This record gives sequence, C-alpha cells and structure tokens, in this order.
Amino acid sequence: MGENMRAVSIIFRRELGEYLHSLLGYLVAAVVLLIDGLLFFAQGLGPAAGERLSGEVLSRFFYNTSGLVAIAAVALAIRLIAEERQAGTLVLLSSSPVREWEVVAGKFLSAFAFLGGITMVSLYMPLLVMVNGKISLGQVFVGYLGLLLIGAACLAIGVFATALTRHQLLAAALGAAITGTMFLFWPLSIVVDPPLSRVFAALSMHARHFQGFQVGTLHLRDVVYYLAVTYFFLLLATKTLEAKRWE
Amino acid sequence: MIRVSELSKYFGGTRALGPVSFEIAPGETIGFLGLNGAGKTTLLRILACDLRPSAGSFAVGNVDGIADPHAVRKRIGFLPESPPVYPDMTVGDYLTFAGRIRGLPPSATTSRVREVEEVTHTIDVHDELIRHLSHGFRQRIGVAQAIVHQPEFLILDEPTNGLDPAQVVEMRAMIQDLKGKHTILISSHILPEIRETCDRLIVLGDGRLLASGSEDQLTSRLELRRIVVAVRAPVGDDAVAGAIRRCIESVAGVTRVLASGRDDGALSFHIDATGDCRAAVCRALVEGGHDVLRLDRATSELESVFLELVHGGEHASG
Repeated sequence: MGENMRAVSIIFRRELGEYLHSLLGYLVAAVVLLIDGLLFFAQGLGPAAGERLSGEVLSRFFYNTSGLVAIAAVALAIRLIAEERQAGTLVLLSSSPVREWEVVAGKFLSAFAFLGGITMVSLYMPLLVMVNGKISLGQVFVGYLGLLLIGAACLAIGVFATALTRHQLLAAALGAAITGTMFLFWPLSIVVDPPLSRVFAALSMHARHFQGFQVGTLHLRDVVYYLAVTYFFLLLATKTLEAKRWE
Repeated sequence: MIRVSELSKYFGGTRALGPVSFEIAPGETIGFLGLNGAGKTTLLRILACDLRPSAGSFAVGNVDGIADPHAVRKRIGFLPESPPVYPDMTVGDYLTFAGRIRGLPPSATTSRVREVEEVTHTIDVHDELIRHLSHGFRQRIGVAQAIVHQPEFLILDEPTNGLDPAQVVEMRAMIQDLKGKHTILISSHILPEIRETCDRLIVLGDGRLLASGSEDQLTSRLELRRIVVAVRAPVGDDAVAGAIRRCIESVAGVTRVLASGRDDGALSFHIDATGDCRAAVCRALVEGGHDVLRLDRATSELESVFLELVHGGEHASG
C-alpha cells in the first residue's frame, strides 16, 4: 500500500470505529430506518397502498429513501472535522505527515462506509416487494447505486461544511442549506425562464438526476453528475483545510 | 539543526510574531520564555508545521519548512498546549493510531507503544479509556504521542500546563529523561521549569526575540546579580540589624540591600549587585563579627532578568 493510501486507511479505520462506538451513528441509523420502514409500510404494504404495481412501490421506496439518505449523510458528516477542531485533536493530524486530502478522504470514506451500511440494511424492504410481487433485480441494483451516489454527494457537502467551522451546529446548518439549495434547483428551474431554467435543472440534486435511478434506468450523465458533485465538495473541503493553516 | 530566519506571523492585521531569527543546534534543549501573548505558541505551531508563517523561512535539518512541510512533520513530535487525545479511545489504541499516522510500520508499532508507555509511565493505563484519566495522565499521553515515532525534534508547548506540583515534578523528570534523545523545544512562562530543564533560553516579548542565552549569560548581560543572605541576629535588636546592613552596603558593587524577613533568630537580606559579590559579602560579614547562616543566589534572580527583559525589551535586546 502506498504511503498516501496508508494514511487514508488509518484515518478511515479510526473514524469508522468512532461511528460504531458512538451514539450519533446508531441514532442516525435508527431514525433513518424507522422512518423509511414506516413510509414503506404506508405506501407499499399498508391499507393505503392500494393496488400499486411492484415497480411503482419500489420506485416510491427509492424516492423516500433518497431523501432520508441525504439527511443522514449531512448528519453523519458534521462531526467529522468540526468536532476535532473544537476538541483540539485536529492538531494531531495537522502536525503529522498527512496531507489535507488524505484527512478528507479518510474521513469521507469512513462516513460513506457507515452510511452505506445503513442504506444496505434497508434492503429487506425491496426483498419484501420481490417476495410478494414482481420486480427486476436490475431496478434494485440501480436504485441502490443511486442511493449510494446521492449519499456520497450529500456527504461531501457535509464534509465541506464541517471543514469550514469549529461549531457543529453551524456546520449542520451550512450543510443543510447547501444540500437544500441543490434540491430546490428543480422547482426553481420550473419557475424561471431559459437559459437559467436549464442551468438549475442540470444542477438539481434530486428530481432531475435521481428519477432514472428510481425506475431502474441508469444514465451515465446522472452518475457523472453525482461523482462530480462529490469530487467538487471534497476538493473544496481539502482547500479549506489547507487555507486554515494560514489563519 | 533548526534555522529560523526573519519568521513572522500576522493574524489579520495583528502581528503575533516576528520577525525572529535564531538557530538551535542538534541535541540542545531550548526554553522559550515569555508572558502570555508573547508569541510562543504561534512560533512553536509554525515550527511544528501546523501553521504557515506570513513571512520568513525556517529549516529543520536540511529540509525547508515552507517548501516541504510534509517532510519536516516526519521529523517532529509536537505536544500542543492542550494534549490532542481522543477521549473515547483507550491509551493503547490512541498511541497505536498516533504511531501509525506518523509513519511507524505495523510490525514495530506494538513494541514501540509499549516502550513509550514505559517512558511516560502510562503502561498501567494501557487499556483504559482516555476519558477516564486525569489531566496529568492525559498530559503524559500527549508526550507519548509526540515521541512515539522517535522524532529528532520534540516540541512541547507548556507541558506542565494545569498540572499539580507533584505532576510538574514528574513531567520535569520525564523531560530530563528525554534529553539527549531529541532536540527539545519547550515553551513556558514558569521560570523554575525552564531553568531546570533547558540548556538555553530564548526570551520572547510582544512577538519579538528579546534575548537568547544560558541563564548565566542572560543575568550577566543585564549586569544584575541578586543574592540572599541570612545572618544570626537577636530578635528586636535594631542596632545589630543596622550593623549588618552597613556591613553589606560597604561591599563594592552592592547597589541595594533589602531586609526580606526574620526567621529562627536570623535576619534575611536580598542584595542587588553589579557582579557576583557573594564572596565579598561573606567576608565582610564574618570580619564584622556576624554569623552567616546562609548565602546564595536568589532563586528569583532569573525572574528579575525575565521581568527586566519583557518590560524593558528594547534596552535588553539592544
């Protein structure tokens, strides 16, 4: 393993351990899975579900879960750097032979692994649909790929927010504001005129780019969009950490 | 060797440090002395490559700290003012993490962690969560994380900060043990700690370097010598007290004599002089028929120098 990946791996393992031993991690997991389960029951299994097709139930499941994953991502990310800065432990990393991008990558990947774990626990819901109805495995696979991609993008936004400030509440507000704005680009694109409407639609975090994943259609442009958002905000987080050395 | 050249740091428009220049030879133990806000922490953070300077340069060994801070960080161990410990980790896990992140190979980490736990007397709490440990233990763990990768240079920012007197003694002994193994830079505003541990002092005031040298060099630079003498004298006998004072004042070089107390049938005096007048004062008192019970350099001598430097910095640094 190269020196760079060694540092990323060490930070990754420590941070993942922190999630697995912290109340925050389990609280986020419990809330997300509880709400997701209730919504799934209401829309897919309960009396109000009606005579929906299995594919439609699955599509609604991915729609609901994507919102919850986005919220969970921001919630999990806020502690990553702000908490360390507040507790004075970030100096251990900043005075060690570790580059800023390695810190950001290690922390991001740990949160992503935990978020991925939470997301995959919800797999029992599509399996219930599969047992009781008829859906394609492709739709399940593509849907979960979409969940992981939107989760990564929102996590990256959260990592950027947590790099900006030592106050976790402020970091949470910033992360939520950026994510919320990117979700709102879609309704904004409807009410404004071209060419701004096309720009907003292209930047929209959810409606435009997640619709395909919901119904099992994989578009390269959607994958590239989420990867680009993830990279952009992780780069911003790295540059923020570098800039903080000058303050 | 650490070479610092015209290093300065501004926070916004406020100058926190510099410009300062100095050199530190390999194996030296250097004390950075200064009042709060003198720029000690800023300087040490820059040398630890935690903070980037606004201007100037520094090199650790042959490595430029501005151009290649990553390489410098490999050679430095840093204990900031507050030990950077994770409360939810055990001591062993934390030191393993610190060692690995600073470049120790996995095969050597376990044995090295045991070694530093022995050096810092934290081996008994290897499996304890750090959150359950006292401040004194956390400070020792802070030292342990700074030395776990066997750095050439060790930077300790106020290592006795918040410790009780017994812990201060232990920390001082620990630093003494580390001398010779590392080039050590310590900051403090507590004078006894610095004088007992360091080979050389660098005095900072208002972000500038006011003086540099050993304790003797600093005191002689100011031409200030203060001694304390205790002479047997009957209680309430003002005539004897007056005679002793006249005896001391008659010694060449004595500039001021202050009666500083009476204890167990002895009168104590603090004497300021322009040179080392201990022998002359002793001779004068004995020849005057007085019993000298104690004669020594005043423990506050360095303190006097320090205050003289930081309050009259311009004069002292010239």
